[in-house]
Order: sequence, then C-alpha cells, then structure tokens
Amino acid sequence: MRFSGWKVLREGLTGNKGWRAHWRDAHPKPEYDLVIIGGGGHGLSTAYYLAKNHGLTNVAVLEKGYLGGGNVGRNTTIVRANYFLQGNSEFYSHSLKLWEGLEDDLNYNVMHSQRGLINLFHSDGQRDAFARRGNMMVNQGDDAILLDREGVRRHLPYLDFEQTRFPIYGGLYHPRGGTARHDAVAWGYARGASDRGVDLVQNCEVTGIDIESGVVRGVQTTKGPIRARKVGIIVAGRSGLVAGMAGRRLPIESHVLQAFVTEGLKPVINHVISFGMGHFYISQSDKGGLVFGGDLDFYASYAQRGNLPMKEHVMEAGMTLMPMIGKAKVLRSWGGVMDMTPDGSPVIDKMEGIDGLYIDCGWNYGGFKAVPASGWCMAHLMATDTPHEVAAGFRLDRFRTGVGIMDEEGTGSQHNLH
Amino acid sequence: MRLTCPICGERDRREFYYVGDAVLLRRPDPEASDVVWDDYLHNRDNPAGETRDLWYHEAGCAGWIVVTRNTLTHEVIATELASKVSEAQA
Repeated sequence: MRFSGWKVLREGLTGNKGWRAHWRDAHPKPEYDLVIIGGGGHGLSTAYYLAKNHGLTNVAVLEKGYLGGGNVGRNTTIVRANYFLQGNSEFYSHSLKLWEGLEDDLNYNVMHSQRGLINLFHSDGQRDAFARRGNMMVNQGDDAILLDREGVRRHLPYLDFEQTRFPIYGGLYHPRGGTARHDAVAWGYARGASDRGVDLVQNCEVTGIDIESGVVRGVQTTKGPIRARKVGIIVAGRSGLVAGMAGRRLPIESHVLQAFVTEGLKPVINHVISFGMGHFYISQSDKGGLVFGGDLDFYASYAQRGNLPMKEHVMEAGMTLMPMIGKAKVLRSWGGVMDMTPDGSPVIDKMEGIDGLYIDCGWNYGGFKAVPASGWCMAHLMATDTPHEVAAGFRLDRFRTGVGIMDEEGTGSQHNLH
Repeated sequence: MRLTCPICGERDRREFYYVGDAVLLRRPDPEASDVVWDDYLHNRDNPAGETRDLWYHEAGCAGWIVVTRNTLTHEVIATELASKVSEAQA
C-alpha cells in the first residue's frame, strides 16, 4: 500500500475504508538465508537495507513482542549529527543524510522535522569545547553555528539567562538537527522490508542460538526452530541476554533512562534544547506535549521504570532553565532499557569465533538517530562480511586492545561513566 | 529505592554512588592476559533478575557495600560490607 496526496483525499471522501495493513504479519518458514533477532528500529532498518541495497529478501525479522514496541516506540525522538570523534562523526553524518531522504525513500511520512538543535554552554571552558566540536562538525561536512548569549536569546528568549548556578554564555546551534515521529520510522521500515519479501514475525521469542563447530545454524524460538546461514542480534537492552545464548558476554550493562511528556500545549518550544550542565533536554512534539528527559538513573536495571530521585532532578533542571514550563502538567513518564558500553559508543561487528553471527548493539541512550545508518551498515556487514566504511570503528575488540576507544564525552572508558 | 548500609542503616539511594557489578572485587593478577583484564573491566553477565553490585556510601560513612538486588523489580535483597565479601572470597 502506497501513500499519496490523491489517496488521502479519496479515502477522506469515502469513509477511510480502503486503508489496508501496512505489512504482512508472517508465520516463520523453517529456513531463511538470514535471520534478524529483534524487530525494533535497528532490526527493521537492517532488514530493509538487506533487501534494498543487497537484494537479500529470504530474510526473517523475529520479534518477541510487537514490531516497534521497544525503545523505538518510546524515546525522545531526537535526530542530530553533532559528534566530535572520528569514527562517530562520519557515521552520524551518514545517518542524518539518510534521514533527510527517508520519507521519499520509504514513501512514508516519518515527520522528520529539522527544527534545529541548540546545546547550551555556561563557562569559558565549555565555550572552547563547543567551538572545537562545531569545527569538527563543519569539517565533517555538517552544520554548526556558535551562538553567543544574544544569539541564543534571539532563538530562545524564554530561557532564564541570569540563573546564578549556570548563567547561559551561548550555545552551539545545529540547524539540521531536529526530531522525527518514532513509531512511523519503525512502520515505514517494516512496510518497506515486508513489500520486498522480508518476513516480519511477531510474538516470536528467540530462546536459543544453534551453533555447531563454531558455525551458526539457526535459532530456537517459541514458534519452533528456524534454520539460517547468518543471524544478526539487534536487541538493544537485551543484548547481553541474547549473546548469552551464544555463550558470549558483552561489554554492556543495561541501565534505565527515564523520559517525560506533558499534556498538549500550544506551540511554545520550536527547537531541541539541551542543557548539559543540568542534565536536561527538551523539545515539543507536533501533538503539543513537551518531551523531555535527563540522565540515567545510574544503576543496572531491566525494570523499564525509574526511581523518584531522577524525576525530581529532571524537573528541577527544567525549572532552572525555563521557569515558564512550571505550570505544565506531566502526563506520563517511562523508563527504557539502555545497552550501555564502557566508552559510550556502539558496536556493529561479527561475533569473533562464531561464523555467521553478527551483533549490532551498544547504542547507549542515543540509538534513535542512528536507526538509518545502523541498519545500512549492519546490512552491509551481514551481506558482504566486511564492515561499512563509516562504521568500521564500531568494533567489539576495541575494549580488549584499547585501540579505537571512542569516548565521545571524554569521561573515561568504564561502565559507570556514561 | 532505599539501600541499607550495614553501618548507617536504611538510607536514601541518593546517598550512594553506583560503581558497577561486584565482579570488580575479583581483581585479576597484574600479569594476567589482556583477555582476562578485558573480561574483568568490560564484559558483564548483565542479568535480568538477581544481581550483585558495588556501591559507595558517598554521603554517609564512605563504606563500600555489595548490594544483592533484582534488576527487574528493583527489590533490594541484601546488603553487606564489601570488605567482608572480599575476605570471604580470598
């Protein structure tokens, strides 16, 4: 089913009875060339690009719940390419370019809105660091503009510029940054993959990975065994558990990250704003809700809910930055399971020592913007057995060798620091 | 979540700094291989269920505490001084 202006008009005039399911709800066949474990954003985009870029359509995506029911359905939807380190910056630059063509490519309105992102700074040292980051972004071919205080005031007149703890010195403006409609990204990729012949199998939990003499043979699932030549693990917060089925431990600790949405308000915040010193960031959804969040709760958790201290901290930071939001009522909050790596950067790699097993994980709290390029690069790796050039640094062995650690925040490469 | 410090009693979670998996108490020999050190520093069981992790009572007695808790429910099952756990392991 394709979308067009004409179709919307016709359906509007005829009672909207002609819309059909966007993808086939498939039953698994006994054997595939490739099996993707995990029907989230990254798994679906991987399946889509396997089919589109590499012509591989004898592929199944196995999802234990419903498609897009994990972090891709519950996040703060920010899309940006403001990374500093080589290895990260070209990857996220590639991802942003894919975002910019995604709606045409998928024929699906993912509501990608490049409303601009502003990272605030509050000291001379921070200004220097942001100037340097901005230069790196420009060198990469992306966009960055260093704003002084008056420059920020023209964009965001409602901030409390004189707050005593963190007075606002300026901000790094990334005009091509913005947001997208998270569910639509999952649905668009799902439809694109399904139309090309990929089987999307819901309510199918993988319970084991079959490996014989170091070669992957398939998976065991709640819908029976499925044979496959190659298997990709793309399960975000559950990466450690699924890798455990292949007898592997990963450099990943799963943490809870909370986010919050207010009741719908008239348009008031036109940008994505991040207030790093206060651990707070915010944007406004097209429905009007203020969407905001802060830092991890900072302890290992799969509970999908956080504790009260971080809620209080986030609310305090928001009130410090923009007291005008104080009367908005919080509608709901949630906690997602984040696959945290020691250096805060992801992994797209073969599982060393097991032929045919691949893993895409470690997206920390920044996986949403990476969905297009992650799928692009994981598909490339699974199809060709060589890493894609923009993801060549996302190696699993960098922690053992110490070569190519990508500590974007510069805080150190250990588990409790990102 | 509240944690019971063996020295100070039950306290707000905010008094504690989370360090990580209690595997950190089993420091390998300095001459051990890179594989062993990588395993110690980076690789984790990361269980969904009961886990043991190391916390530091930063805003209290400055004690190091091993907390046994459930990562699915946030239930705290037991707390003990890390020094006791270390001695028992030795």
